[in-house]
Formats: sequence, C-alpha cells, structure tokens
Amino acid sequence: MSADPHHHAADGHHEIEMPHASMRDYVIGFVLSVILTAIPFWLVMERPFSNGATAAIIMIFAAVQIVVHMVFFLHMTPKAEDGWSLTSLVFTVIVVVIMLAGSLWVMHHLNTNMMPQVHDTSQLP
Amino acid sequence: MSATTITTADEPVQFYDLDEHAHPEGHSTMLGFWIYLMSDCLIFAILFACFGVLGGNYAAGPAPKDLFDLNLIALNTAMLLFSSITYGFAVLQMQQGNVRGTQIWLAVTGLFGLGFLGIELYEFHHLIEIGATPQRSAFLSSFFTLVGTHGLHVTFGVIWLVTLMVQLGKHGLIAANKRRVMCLSMFWHFLDVIWIGVFTIVYLMGVLR
Amino acid sequence: MTPHPAPEAGPFLGKLSLDALPLHEPILVVTFAIVVIGGLGVLAAITKYRLWGWLWRDWFTTVDHKRIGIMYMILGLIMFLRGFADAIMMRLQQVWAFNGSEGYLNAHHYDQVFTAHGVIMIFFVAMPFITGLMNYMVPLQIGARDVSFPFLNNFSFWMTTAGAVLCMISLFIGEFAQTGWLAYPPLSGIAYSPNVGVDYYIWSLQIAGVGTTLSGINLIVTILKLRAPGMGLMKMPVFTWTSLCSNILIVASFPILTATLVLLSLDRYIGTNFFTNDLGGSPMMYVNLIWIWGHPEVYILILPLFGVFSEVTSTFSGKKLFGYTSMVYATVVITILSYIVWLHHFFTMGSGASVNSFFGITTMVISIPTGAKLFNWLFTMYRGRIRFELPMMWTIAFMLTFVVGGMTGVLLAVPPADFVLHNSLFLIAHFHNVIIGGVLFGLFAAINYWWPKAFGFKLDVFWGKISFWCWVVGFWLAFMPLYILGLMGVTRRMRVFDDPSLQIWFAIAAFGALVIAAGIGAMLVQFAVSIWKRKELVDESGDPWNGRTLEWATSSPPPDYNFAFTPVIHDLDAWYDMKKRGHQRPVGGFRDIHMPSNTGAGIILAGFSLVMGFALVWHIWWLAAVSFAATVFGAIYHTFNYKRDFHIPAATVVEVEDARTRQLAAGA
Repeated sequence: MSADPHHHAADGHHEIEMPHASMRDYVIGFVLSVILTAIPFWLVMERPFSNGATAAIIMIFAAVQIVVHMVFFLHMTPKAEDGWSLTSLVFTVIVVVIMLAGSLWVMHHLNTNMMPQVHDTSQLP
Repeated sequence: MSATTITTADEPVQFYDLDEHAHPEGHSTMLGFWIYLMSDCLIFAILFACFGVLGGNYAAGPAPKDLFDLNLIALNTAMLLFSSITYGFAVLQMQQGNVRGTQIWLAVTGLFGLGFLGIELYEFHHLIEIGATPQRSAFLSSFFTLVGTHGLHVTFGVIWLVTLMVQLGKHGLIAANKRRVMCLSMFWHFLDVIWIGVFTIVYLMGVLR
Repeated sequence: MTPHPAPEAGPFLGKLSLDALPLHEPILVVTFAIVVIGGLGVLAAITKYRLWGWLWRDWFTTVDHKRIGIMYMILGLIMFLRGFADAIMMRLQQVWAFNGSEGYLNAHHYDQVFTAHGVIMIFFVAMPFITGLMNYMVPLQIGARDVSFPFLNNFSFWMTTAGAVLCMISLFIGEFAQTGWLAYPPLSGIAYSPNVGVDYYIWSLQIAGVGTTLSGINLIVTILKLRAPGMGLMKMPVFTWTSLCSNILIVASFPILTATLVLLSLDRYIGTNFFTNDLGGSPMMYVNLIWIWGHPEVYILILPLFGVFSEVTSTFSGKKLFGYTSMVYATVVITILSYIVWLHHFFTMGSGASVNSFFGITTMVISIPTGAKLFNWLFTMYRGRIRFELPMMWTIAFMLTFVVGGMTGVLLAVPPADFVLHNSLFLIAHFHNVIIGGVLFGLFAAINYWWPKAFGFKLDVFWGKISFWCWVVGFWLAFMPLYILGLMGVTRRMRVFDDPSLQIWFAIAAFGALVIAAGIGAMLVQFAVSIWKRKELVDESGDPWNGRTLEWATSSPPPDYNFAFTPVIHDLDAWYDMKKRGHQRPVGGFRDIHMPSNTGAGIILAGFSLVMGFALVWHIWWLAAVSFAATVFGAIYHTFNYKRDFHIPAATVVEVEDARTRQLAAGA
C-alpha cells in the first residue's frame, strides 16, 4: 500500500570482512618456507641419508611447508568464512588423498596382475 | 508495521525481516573463489596421480636424473617464493589504502612470475632440444603436462595481475578491486603451494628414484 | 574394423571439406532437412511476431535464476527428444538384425548412435534438468533473491548449451564418436579414431563441463551464504540439502573429467603417451580416472531427485518428513562414500582379489543410506493423508522401480557375479532401471510439482496420467527383457545377433520402447493442453498443494525479486510453520530492492567457446587461436564492467505486492 520513503536498500554500506594480513605473518612464512625448501634440496643434492629416508623426509617437509603457506600466506583459520574455508580444504584434501592413494593402489595391482607371465593366481595380490 | 502473531503473551514472533540489511556487495566472492581453487586442486591431483602412476615409465628413454638440473629448479623455486612475499607486500599496501604502493608491489610480483616462466621455458626448450620431448615416453608426457599446467596457471596469473594493475589505476582501491586483489592473492599463493608439490614429487623424488 | 583414413588438413579450413557432410546417409539427410525446415519455421515465427528483442532482453541475457532454470529445462527437453530418438533407433536395429539380416544401420552409424545416446542423456538431458530444478528452487527455498553469482549462472547455462550445440552439429558435419559414452582409449586414441568424432565428444564435454563446474560453485556458495536469517543448516529443506551435496560432488568430481579429457586430447593432438599402448602409456589409467569422476556423477544425478521425493512425500502425505536428521546424514554419507566405490565399474579389468573385495564391500555399504531414505519416505507416508496427485504417483512409481534397480546394483557389486555380468545387457538394464526409475521419474514428479510455481497454472491431470502409465508399463516392458538377456550372456552394444531364440526378448523390449514413446508424446500433449487450458488450471494462491517450504510463500510465478521482505525462519518446513502460526504477509513499508543487471557477456563468451571448439575439432588452427583470444579478451573486457546492478524502485515493489494482495483476497 505504501512505500517506505526513508529507506533505500541498506546494502554495500558495510565492507565484507577480509583476512587481515600483517608484515609479521609474511616474514615468518617466508623464512620458514626458505628453510623448508633449502633443506630438502640440500638433502637430495648431497645425499647424506638413504634414498628411502630422504624421500620420507622431503615429503614431510613439503606437507609442513604447505601448512605454513596456508597459515601465513593464505591466512587460513578455522574462523575464515564461518569455517567453510577450512571445511572445504579438509574435504578437498581427503578426496585428493583418496584419488592419489586409490589410483596408485589400483594401478599397481593392475600392473602386477596383468603383466604377461605364467603365474599362479592364488599367489597374486 | 512488523508482522506479529497474537496467540500468546510472549513477545511477537517475527516472520519477515522488515528492517533488512542486504548482504554487502561481493560477500560471496571470496568463498566462491576459494571453492574454485579447491576444484583446481583436483585438476592438479589428477595430473599428480598420472605422474605417480606413469612417472616411472621411461620407455628406455631419459629418466629424471638424466634431465633435471636441481640448481635451476632451486632458482625457480626461489623466484616463486619471492613473488609470494612481494604479493604479500602488495596486500599490506592495499590495507593501508595506498594505490601506488599496491601497483608497484604487484608489478614486482609479476616480474618474479615472468622470471619463473622464463626459466621454465628455457628448461622445456632445452629438454626438447635434446630429444626429451613430451611424446618420448609416458614419464615425459606426464612431466610436461603437470609442470606445464602449473606454468599455464602462472601465465594466467600474470595476465590477471596486469589487468588488475590497470583497474587499480582506473578506479583505485574500491571495494570491488580489493576483493580482486584478495582473490588473486589466493590464486597466487595457491600456485606456490602446488609448486611445493611439484618440486618435491617431480624433481626431488624424481632424482631420488 | 579398419579405421577410416584421416583427411588431409589445409591451412584455411583444417580437415573440413564437403566430404564432412554425410550425404550418403539417407537417415541423416532426412533429419537435416526436417531440422532446417523446422528451424527456419521457428526463426520465421520469432521474426514475424517481433520476439527477438523480448528473447534477448528477458531470456538470453537474463541473470534471474528462475528464467535460467526454465531455459535449462527447455534445453534438457529438446535434447531428451534427440537422445530418445537414438534409443528407438537402437531398439529397432537390435530387433531387426537376426537370421542373417544386418538390420538397417551399418556399424559406423550404429556405434555413433549408442555413443550419442549415452553422452546426450547424461550430459545434455539429466544434468541440465537437475541444474534447472536446483537453479529455480534453491534460492526460493532458502529465502534468497538470487544465487550468489548471477552472471556466472547465465554464463554456465550458455556454456552447457554450447556443448549441446557442438554435439548436435556433429550429426550433420562430420561424425560423432563411435567409442561408447566414456570413450575408452586405445579405441578413442588418434590411432584407432583418427577422424573428428572423438574430438567432437571431447570439446562438447569440456565446454559443457566448464558450465557445470561453475554452476556447482555457484550453488554451494549460495546455500552457504544466502540463507534467510534463522535458517541454520538443520532447518534447510531436504531438497536444499541434497542440492548442496550434489553440487559438492559436482565441484569435487568434474575437474577430474576435465583433466582426464585434456590428457586424452593431448594424446590425440600432440602425440603424448598417457593412454597409448606403447612408450609407457596405460589405457587402464584412463578407465581408472574416468570412473573416479563417473561414479560421483551418478550420485550427482540422483541426489537432487531424492530431495524432490522428500518434499513430495511429506507434502502429499500432509505430514512432516520422518527422520529429517537421518535423511541429512544419509545424504552426507552417500556423498562421501561415492568417492570410494569407483572400481566397481571395472572389476574385470584385473586389479585382483584384494582390490576387488575392498570396492565390492564399499559398494554394498553405499546402498545402506539409500535404504534408510526409503524407509524414511515410507514412514512419512504411514498414517498420513495421502493425496495421489501426479507428483505422488511418480514418487510411488520411483519407489517400486528404483528399488529393483538398486538391488540389481548390489548384485553387480559382488565381484564374481560381476565377472559374469559386466558389460552385459544386465548392466544396461540395471543402470536404466535406476536412472529412469530414480532420475527420470523424479524429474517428472518435480515437473508436475513445481510447474504451477513457475508458470502460474497446474499441469493437466488426464494427460499426465496417460503419460505416467505409458512410462511405467513401457519402462518395465523395455528393460525386464534386458535383465533376462544379460543373464543369458548377451553383451551390450551389439549390432547383429546370431541366436534367433533371443529375438523375442528384443521384440518385447522394442515394444516397450514404443510404449515409452507414447508416454513421451502424452507428456508433450500434457504441456500443450495445459498451456491451452491455463485459465482453467490457474493457481492464484501460489500454494496449490498446501506446501511446506518457502517457495510456496511466493506468488506463482514469483516476482523478479522473489521476496519483498526476506523471511525470518524459526523451524523446519518454514512455510508450514508460518501458516500454522498465523503469519501476516506485510502489505506496506516496501523498499527499493537491489538486483543484478542483465548481461550479454555470457552468451557471447559461450559463442566464442563454441567457435573455438568447432575449430579445434576440425584442426582449423587460425580460427581456434582467434576465438580463444576473443574469449580471453572478452572475459577481461567484461571484468572492466563494474556497474552490474540496479535497484527495483520501491514504487514498483508496491505495485507488484498490491496486485498480489488483491490476488490473495480474491482467492480467499
């Protein structure tokens, strides 16, 4: 019946929340990343340890560095976007792990079983 | 003027938001972009899976230890890492409302990005010259595709970066441009995250195999 | 079969030449003539009635989720007719080709027919239909005015359409893939499919895939961010929950399809060795990757329809849904489990006993949450006051049909059984059983349920019932024989048969397909009759079924802005809650409403993508480069447009709401 003359749609007045970056975060993230990069490179170039151990160490360093990037560069916290950023990240990581591990497992078994050779099927994986 | 029920003595139940404050402009943007990045992660996951499964199939051709120059890769990694922190400086300038400062650090980031791409193109060119082409073996197909897709993303990132610098020049640090800076920030850091996977799994593990 | 030699590629037209026109195939020539005449007729009519401006302004450039939803449904319907034509062709060929007869389709043609049938039905019928439903209903159900990214919504629609158009072009220029709907290498590699068919397949899916993925992101963010105040996640309608999970599956699986098809196209275009038989490639890796996408895909298709069944069952039983919480949990569990069953599509590829056992068990487990849902629907109906309107009829047909299909699925989940039945007609019967019984019957329920909301009048019941009975009877006649044939060992995709004792089953199946055709015809008549009789069938109330969710709180059709004031939510079944507690619809105090503006950027960018796809198919490199550049520059240009919104003035809102007030008063 009537329009409200005193109100226009009150949108755009307040800004969206953005993650707050700080110099401290970036510097810490950078220094940690440099360390977590330099050590794996050195380990592979100099080979003080066995290949297996080196592989395990550099994978762990990679995982840690990814977390460093997430926290210090991407400002990932459980509060970001009401928790949806972290939730979607965790879900994606789970799916990625399933796809990678699953593919490696499936294809490895496939290759072993399908290699042309005489074999006793009861001994196959 | 508010809608009420008059059934009990409780305070009236509101069924309509008569004093509504619409969602602020662009308040879905960052979450939307983040979810897009998650989908991009999955593309890379498939390329990593291929590399994992097919990466040992040298077809009697060159293997990683024959091809990878870890010094060059270390340099490349440094380029990308520096570009990450310079992007961070751009964001800090944005937070202080400094358009020029933001543009300058974006430009520096772009230069590091171009440096990264230049080195990568040099590496690819060299590999192809010595016969280690993407067609040579499944290992090389997956190598070129995984690393090349990352490089393509960096290329798009640089194009976006230049576009954004122009848009900042035209409109300054309006809300829309700030959102774009933050989205590119997510994109750029995400590319560095993928690179961590690449240099670890492709180059370092490759040489270890 | 020796592959056809690839044509030489010239610099200007690539591989394209007059040879690409299938003038030697009479069926195609006739089809083309009909399409051209029909198409020209439509264009002439639009021109005569001066509808181009209206089409461009109100439909092609719209960012309104409701109109985009309707356009998706129209796309799905048109492509459904094409996909069904392919089905009739297959049934006809298979009943004919006995006793030395080759039937009427040669292998080159027949192989394209079954490939196109699968590709079209999944990508250009089922996906657009569910996207259309979710697009229309989700914002209304959560009390929002539109989706989070309205422009992206428009763009997604046009990309899907561009993919469909590219697929249709292959009918008349060149050929389509002859590899089956998933295009396994090495058959789909360049050595064994040197012609353009597989390239059409790849680029149609890649273009449509971009649209689908973006639409998935859009709907997820919409549901997470734009819910009305008070609507916590556990107060969302079940259809919104299933839409959320389906879109999560879309975003978390379509990139896999995209990447895998990129790898296949690299093999075809530049000779890499991902899926070749030599130089280290592994065709089995393609099968593995494509099914990591393919399994979530089928849950993408069915979950929204499970949501529809929940809405319909509770509305037409006059009762709140039984076990809302367990419904939500079941949906989430299905979403997660769908990632750990994919190998059941290739038990026979040879991964061995331990791998097969794991995936066999997970496949059986995933049937449990679906069973839980079924029991919840039954308990909802128990002691309800059931109204057998068409949506409810379709829902009951679904329950009876889908369950059989689900059970045959569990049967196939047992690896030793699958070794006998893999790629037999038993498999074909199973998945048609669940897709038709689940997805299609669900779509028909949804269409009958929500049509009044979208168009302001109900669908004619008489023709709806004819369509219903033809579909139900036709489906069982068409597919039960296939279970029997599969158990007897008949393989899928066969063109010619030696054993005359099988022909009777194919005859029954062909008859069933004709009964289904009658059902489709009856449905088209239902639409036409309903539009003709729309004044008699009108819905003035906006709530013709005594619904429980917020979409029924609006007029039919809703105003552009959906809700003049955003509703405040207190309970599940928000609209039912509002009605029960005597809400008063506001009749004044309206304000300006902020809305997104229309744009032509979506259709234009999709048009460039279509040209690029066509150019890549035919190796017209200069055109591919130009259209790619146009797409990129076009997109960048679009980002320079910052003025993408406007306000509906309060005075307009007043007019619309006053008209609604009068409409409600007249009906009361």
